[in-house]
Amino acid sequence: MKQRVKLFQTGEHWCCVRGQRAVVIGGQRFSARDIQMLSPGRTLSSRLLRPISRLHLRLGSDGRAASSLPKELIKRHELEIDELRPLYMDFQATTPMDPRVLDAMLPYQVNYYGNPHSKTHAFGWESESAMETARRQVADLIGADPREIIFTSGATESNNMAIKGVARFYKTKKRHVITTQTEHKCVLDSCRILASEGFSITYLPVQANGIVDLELLEASIRPDTSLLSVMTINNEIGVKQPMKEIGQICRSKGVFLHTDAAQAVGKIPINVTDMKVDLMSISGHKIYGPKGVGALYVRRRPRVRLEPLQSGGGQERGLRSGTVPTPLAVGLGAACSIAQQEMEYDHQRVSMLANRLVQKITSELPDVIMNGDAEQRYAGCVNLSFAYVEGESLLMALKDVALSSGSACTSASLEPSYVLRAIGTDEDLAHSSIRFGIGRFTTEAEVDYTAEKCITQVSRLREMSPLWEMVQEGIDLKSIKWTQH
Amino acid sequence: MAAAVRSQVISLYRMMLTESKKFPSYNYRTYALRRVRDAFRANGALEDPRAVERLVVEGQQTLALIKRQVRHTHLNDLIWVTGDGRQREMGRINKYNYFAKNDDD
Repeated sequence: MKQRVKLFQTGEHWCCVRGQRAVVIGGQRFSARDIQMLSPGRTLSSRLLRPISRLHLRLGSDGRAASSLPKELIKRHELEIDELRPLYMDFQATTPMDPRVLDAMLPYQVNYYGNPHSKTHAFGWESESAMETARRQVADLIGADPREIIFTSGATESNNMAIKGVARFYKTKKRHVITTQTEHKCVLDSCRILASEGFSITYLPVQANGIVDLELLEASIRPDTSLLSVMTINNEIGVKQPMKEIGQICRSKGVFLHTDAAQAVGKIPINVTDMKVDLMSISGHKIYGPKGVGALYVRRRPRVRLEPLQSGGGQERGLRSGTVPTPLAVGLGAACSIAQQEMEYDHQRVSMLANRLVQKITSELPDVIMNGDAEQRYAGCVNLSFAYVEGESLLMALKDVALSSGSACTSASLEPSYVLRAIGTDEDLAHSSIRFGIGRFTTEAEVDYTAEKCITQVSRLREMSPLWEMVQEGIDLKSIKWTQH
Repeated sequence: MAAAVRSQVISLYRMMLTESKKFPSYNYRTYALRRVRDAFRANGALEDPRAVERLVVEGQQTLALIKRQVRHTHLNDLIWVTGDGRQREMGRINKYNYFAKNDDD
């Protein structure tokens, strides 16, 4: 008969030993079923068995198949009365709207509400001139001509238009598309759809620092490649790709270059002529603009042809039919012009705050790994992995700071982020990674609070972790033989 | 700078700071105060009267913007009556984040 051992003394948080089937403590082996938490009703075995359901299906203690256990840890709930709102440190997911942007948008929501495509009256003319001003503001930020900007409903639509549109237009002669493994889900999904239509797609691997290998990229280009898609700044690890070199390679081989610059526009200086980019996706709500609008830059010289995704009255050069939402477009334009003015100031401030955060955390805590290259990055996206701590417990412990572990679009599934997997992070480190986003409105006090909270919670969770105890004793975890239960 | 212009700039600065302190949102409030202070400091050494005048006009427009936006973002302080007749302040609850009460900037 196996002994039941109570390992954890405090009720609310526990250390989840993911992926391990048994634990060796003090020379004695305890399997998953032997360890019981104090938390009512749930045994640690049901938590342990969840991730290894991929290997073989086992039943959790409550009889349900482990893989179908819902993700219950951070429950969605209404804030209690007098519960304070969390600090916002998730600027890669979305950004609050700048008050100047709202100020620019409001007249077009209230008074100047005409359809910009009405050519016969003042409402239409005012609206159209506002839309064209916004187009010019967006174009000035990236060094383009206003005629090359198409307003869309966001970066996802822009990515879809660019990838599917270009590939389908040139499909008679060119059937190959190249992208990377760390792209945003919309890019990867568009490529998947193209693959089902008969295109061949190459998903380039990235190096351990998150940057694509230029030689491998050049070698993957075939004579029938029509498009190469690489994102400028990654939304999960903040890594900046060498766009000038990639642009050089693509231009020399006659391949169109598309980049998803949603996280990069307005934060680092971008010039489409220098980068030799043919298509660029811009998102409004990542640069302190409104949600629901974005833009696609489509080069005119040399002309890039697209098959439109959305058919209709031929607005936006025939590439994206539909009424352009004037207030949103004005908001996007205002956000771009503000970003251009404030770029230097914001960059200095965000870099200073990010260094402060990372210095504070790494000076107090050992075994913290920053994912992604240390130099070739955007400072405001800091992705840290805390070894021997479980990511979800840490997020729960940090519940008065709004953070995310990995990207918002992948957080619904139990799998660790595919970006972290692509850069070769160990699975346990990938599960314990947190992304800190710093932006224009972050204050020193918020950064200090986050750092201190993080340090205390990580230390507390590590105190409770048997793996940490073993590491402190000097046992090398890789050398333990975990036995099959 | 001429004395009249200097006093105008100083009064503009003071008014902008006063209005910025009225933002209900902690992040907007701290950003406005910080940005106004840094912008005036950065341009403090400017001598060219035309450039100074241009900046003063821009400052006045920004002051009007701050006043408008303070008013707009206060809209959440409305009181409304729920279906069962109870009064509830919409948005008042959970408006403050951790720092709202303790900020000194």
